[in-house]
Amino acid sequence: MAVKPSPKKTPMRELEIEERIKSFSEVALGYTEDEALVEAMRCLQCPSKPCVKGCPVGIDIPGFISKIKEKKFDEAAKILKKYNNLPAICGRVCPQENQCEAFCTVGKIPGSEPVAIGRLERFVADWEAENLVLTQESGPKKGKKVAVIGSGPAGLTAAADLAKLGYDVIVFETLHKPGGVLVYGIPEFRLPKVIVEREVKYVESLSVKILLNTPVGKSVTVEEILKEFDAVFIGVGAGTPKFLNISGTNLNGVYSANEFLTRINLMKAYLFPEYDTPVRKGQNVIVVGGGNVALDAARSALRLGAKQVTVVYRRTEQEMPARREEYIHAVEEGIKFRWLTQPLRYIGDEKGNLVGVECISMELGEPDESGRRRPIPIEDSRFVIEADMVIEAIGTEANRFLLSEFKDLKLNKYGYIVVDEETCATSLRKVFAGGDIVTGAATVIEAMGAGKRAAYWIDKFLQKEYDPW
Amino acid sequence: MLNQIVKKSKLAPGVYEFYVENPIIAAKAQPGQFVVVIPSEKGERVPLTIADAFDGNIRMVVKVVGKSTADLALKREGETLYGVVGPLGKPSEIKYYGNVLLVGGGVGIAAILPIAKALKALGNKVYAVLGGRSKDQVILKDELEQYVDEILVTTDDGSFGIKGVVTDGMDLILRKQRIDIAWAIGPTIMMKFCSLKAREYGLKIVVSLNPIMVDGTGMCGACRVTINGQIKFACVDGPEFDGTQVDWDELLKRLQQYQEQEKLAFEKFKQKVGDLSWL
Ligand SMILES: Cc1cc2nc3c(=O)[nH]c(=O)nc-3n(C[C@H](O)[C@H](O)[C@H](O)COP(=O)(O)OP(=O)(O)OC[C@H]3O[C@@H](n4cnc5c(N)ncnc54)[C@H](O)[C@@H]3O)c2cc1C
Ligand SMILES: Cc1cc2nc3c(=O)[nH]c(=O)nc-3n(C[C@H](O)[C@H](O)[C@H](O)COP(=O)(O)OP(=O)(O)OC[C@H]3O[C@@H](n4cnc5c(N)ncnc54)[C@H](O)[C@@H]3O)c2cc1C
Ligand code: SF4
Ligand code: SF4
Ligand code: FES
Ligand SMILES: [Mg+2]
Repeated sequence: MAVKPSPKKTPMRELEIEERIKSFSEVALGYTEDEALVEAMRCLQCPSKPCVKGCPVGIDIPGFISKIKEKKFDEAAKILKKYNNLPAICGRVCPQENQCEAFCTVGKIPGSEPVAIGRLERFVADWEAENLVLTQESGPKKGKKVAVIGSGPAGLTAAADLAKLGYDVIVFETLHKPGGVLVYGIPEFRLPKVIVEREVKYVESLSVKILLNTPVGKSVTVEEILKEFDAVFIGVGAGTPKFLNISGTNLNGVYSANEFLTRINLMKAYLFPEYDTPVRKGQNVIVVGGGNVALDAARSALRLGAKQVTVVYRRTEQEMPARREEYIHAVEEGIKFRWLTQPLRYIGDEKGNLVGVECISMELGEPDESGRRRPIPIEDSRFVIEADMVIEAIGTEANRFLLSEFKDLKLNKYGYIVVDEETCATSLRKVFAGGDIVTGAATVIEAMGAGKRAAYWIDKFLQKEYDPW
Repeated sequence: MLNQIVKKSKLAPGVYEFYVENPIIAAKAQPGQFVVVIPSEKGERVPLTIADAFDGNIRMVVKVVGKSTADLALKREGETLYGVVGPLGKPSEIKYYGNVLLVGGGVGIAAILPIAKALKALGNKVYAVLGGRSKDQVILKDELEQYVDEILVTTDDGSFGIKGVVTDGMDLILRKQRIDIAWAIGPTIMMKFCSLKAREYGLKIVVSLNPIMVDGTGMCGACRVTINGQIKFACVDGPEFDGTQVDWDELLKRLQQYQEQEKLAFEKFKQKVGDLSWL
């Protein structure tokens, strides 16, 4: 095969736009074997492996790609699983362009795009799911018990790694399905729930026990956990939605992104009335925010049948934190964007239903502490947009649900848990923490990275090789 | 077996009592707390007050108002619920107050039962007003009598006790008796008027709010209510609040949010299972 590698990534097939906006089916369809081979050929197998630096869990990227080149997909899968317990998920939702791919040598060549590492990872993980059952041997049993609180990516990763090391692991999850944001937040069209289920099954196959419907701090107390387990990992996520707190916030039709997405993803409200949980089907929908969550909400509202979905963001396209790929998808699907716009108040009718949003135009001033130019309201620029539904996607904060029961745990001024960055150790003996409840809302792979580090150091602690207390 | 219905009985037309096996929740449940029940795999998350808990079972009293509650009411002894989560919410503040007045309306009577029991055990003198549309809706009166020193009953149609509403009963007691604190639990509109009544007398009143919920753990904000001008999440900050500080009209409107869909779901369900007026 002496075909000259293309400077561009091998494109991934996608569902037709008309199909997409009518259903919640996955948009990106993945590589075929041939496409994966073509893409793998673009990798130069750099001896210094710069890409690996960009991966929070340090996957041997040239290693697994070289196995793809050799068509040894099973061996590629083994390499992935050594570093990443949930590759089918990361291959889909990692912001690769800021992580592994940002460091890729090929991407540094002028006019050239980096190797599509995430897409190749997804290809291998999906191939594995269809073609083989990986039996991962656990180490000899160590006879010690570890509690993991929360079954998001941080908790699942910590649990899997600890089980592989021979610990008895119980994961406590308050919802009726495991996965955290992967099941309640990220929509089906970006991350099909069967994939989350598959990855959770893998974790369970390592003899991890997941107790659903079990809110720690309520049905199991913190004291009981501390007494019964030799070590504890907290991965409860950021959880609680913030609101703009402007007048009209409690009108009918005003949602937090968490509620809207939970109704749709966890409760399957898009299949109402087959499923019992309802959700509003807005005709004119406004989404407030500029991140992935805002785009997920906007694209979900469109799929529920909205006539018009408009994202209002107080900065501009350049500052918006959402992944470029998803922004392009949103634009293709017909989502409108109103930059430099901030809601001031929600307007309701006498029945308490939302009918409009009063907004103000903004301009960008000097950079703020985030380094982005600060939006400033322009006087006399108020206007009203007609809307029967608003979804606020302006971020989350620390969920006090567990922390209020966890006395003496040291928190920072934002309410997140203070840990040793390397080891994930908290201020309390034998308690470790990681993921969004430490960093604030971040990414799946960073949460997994924390889970991995915590598992490593929990093992050291239980082997009496590490004790910061 | 976990979440199995070990006992079910009909307390009144459309009102059913369940004992469900769940030793973990039963061991932790305190007065004022609730569970979220998911009746079946495709079901909603339905919040229900824990009316009692002992011997590894929790007791709930459910009034049929739509699809999910009807689905529950049709379940039989021996069947298992898909999921039960709890105990959620802050417990009632139980201590010695002196004279306490408990007002219960409809299924709200089941919710005041554990509170009455706990208050009585601490030596409070407990008065109660129980209200219902007619005689058969005044549930659990005999059981409450064990913990209540004086009970007044009101019915809309006068078929039992005083003809009138619970606030009439409150008047009768408050006029003759000094009361240190009151609880009112029942339909939202009832709790609103009980709170107005309490304000007339300068009486502190606790209400248990029942906004629409999803997760019940502070993660979604569906259950937000306005208390003294501030947004609170009823599932974690409540469900009990000072009744005089609640924005009742907002809550009443928020409860109507899904009326159209709820009607549709209930109609479809009835087409499938047949007439349910016998429930
Ligand atoms: C809509 C949306 C889209 C996103 N898109 C992306 C994306 O494209 N790419 C990306 O990398 N990241 C994305 N993120 C961010 C990413 O999902 C999170 O950073 C990640 O899930 C955090 O993982 P975690 O394990 O820390 O917590 P979570 O995923 O939040 O999981 C925490 C779990 O703990 C449970 N829990 C909480 N309290 C208790 C308790 N007391 N007892 C038992 N269980 C408890 C919760 O129910 C939950 O299941 C997105 C987030 C959202 C909301
Ligand atoms: C903390 C709390 C404790 C409760 N305790 C009891 C109890 O002990 N016994 C009892 O019979 N009922 C109780 N309820 C009310 C009960 O949850 C609702 O009646 C039930 O969810 C209605 O479901 P449905 O599908 O049958 O009715 P639907 O037709 O869906 O709704 C009928 C009405 O019930 C309300 N409702 C609907 N969905 C929800 C929801 N997810 N959460 C809350 N309210 C909703 C709405 O006002 C709606 O108009 C409680 C509610 C809360 C929040
Ligand atoms: S896990 Fe994420 S960062 Fe790491 S290689 Fe895969 S896509 Fe890149
Ligand atoms: S930097 Fe890019 S080209 Fe080099 S090994 Fe990594 S993926 Fe391959
Ligand atoms: S029900 Fe979701 S926050 Fe209260
Ligand atoms: Mg319902």
